[in-house]
Amino acid sequence: MLIATTLAIFVAMILAIIRGITGPTLYDRILAVNMFCTKTVLLISLLGFVMGRPEFLDIAIVYALISFISVIGVLRYSDTNQFKHTSAHDELPKKEP
Amino acid sequence: MDIVILVSSSLCLFIGSFLCVSGGIGILRFPDFYTRMHAVGVTDTLGAGMILIGLMILSPDFLVFTKLMIVLLLTLLIGPTTSHVLAKAAFHNGLKPALNNKPLKQSKTKEPTH
Repeated sequence: MLIATTLAIFVAMILAIIRGITGPTLYDRILAVNMFCTKTVLLISLLGFVMGRPEFLDIAIVYALISFISVIGVLRYSDTNQFKHTSAHDELPKKEP
Repeated sequence: MDIVILVSSSLCLFIGSFLCVSGGIGILRFPDFYTRMHAVGVTDTLGAGMILIGLMILSPDFLVFTKLMIVLLLTLLIGPTTSHVLAKAAFHNGLKPALNNKPLKQSKTKEPTH
């Protein structure tokens, strides 16, 4: 059952890659990358159990944190076009009129 | 006792893998960004949770159980936060949802029946 679950995760990752390549907008691509990262965390955990080495779970924890930071960073860049620490919504009402 | 652990973990893993594959099909088949986000949310919370619970039942000692619990809590924290930020950024940057009455609006400009 572990190997069947691993194959199912592989199928879901391939479908996410297809959506990421053919996505119409930027946000579809970010969504596909986010789903791919979550599936990678699950895949690392499952491979640790399949190969009999549960120490892979440390790598899964670190990968989850890195994927979260990367998605938040890309979204901040797409929102403000810079990596500054000012929030975008303080400047939005000044731009609108 | 051994077969109870095996059957329950296999059931959890099967439900999780089914949800992951259905979410993968949904991210290809849904027509809009916001509906695709719904499919990804299902795989991020329920599919990942079921697979991690199935691995927790199989875990040999307490350290592995604790690490799987940490991964599950991180996933449950990260998935909704990322979905919220992604939807807010997309909506603030002007990505409109594909509504059902779009041809009705186009026909309204030609002949104002309503």
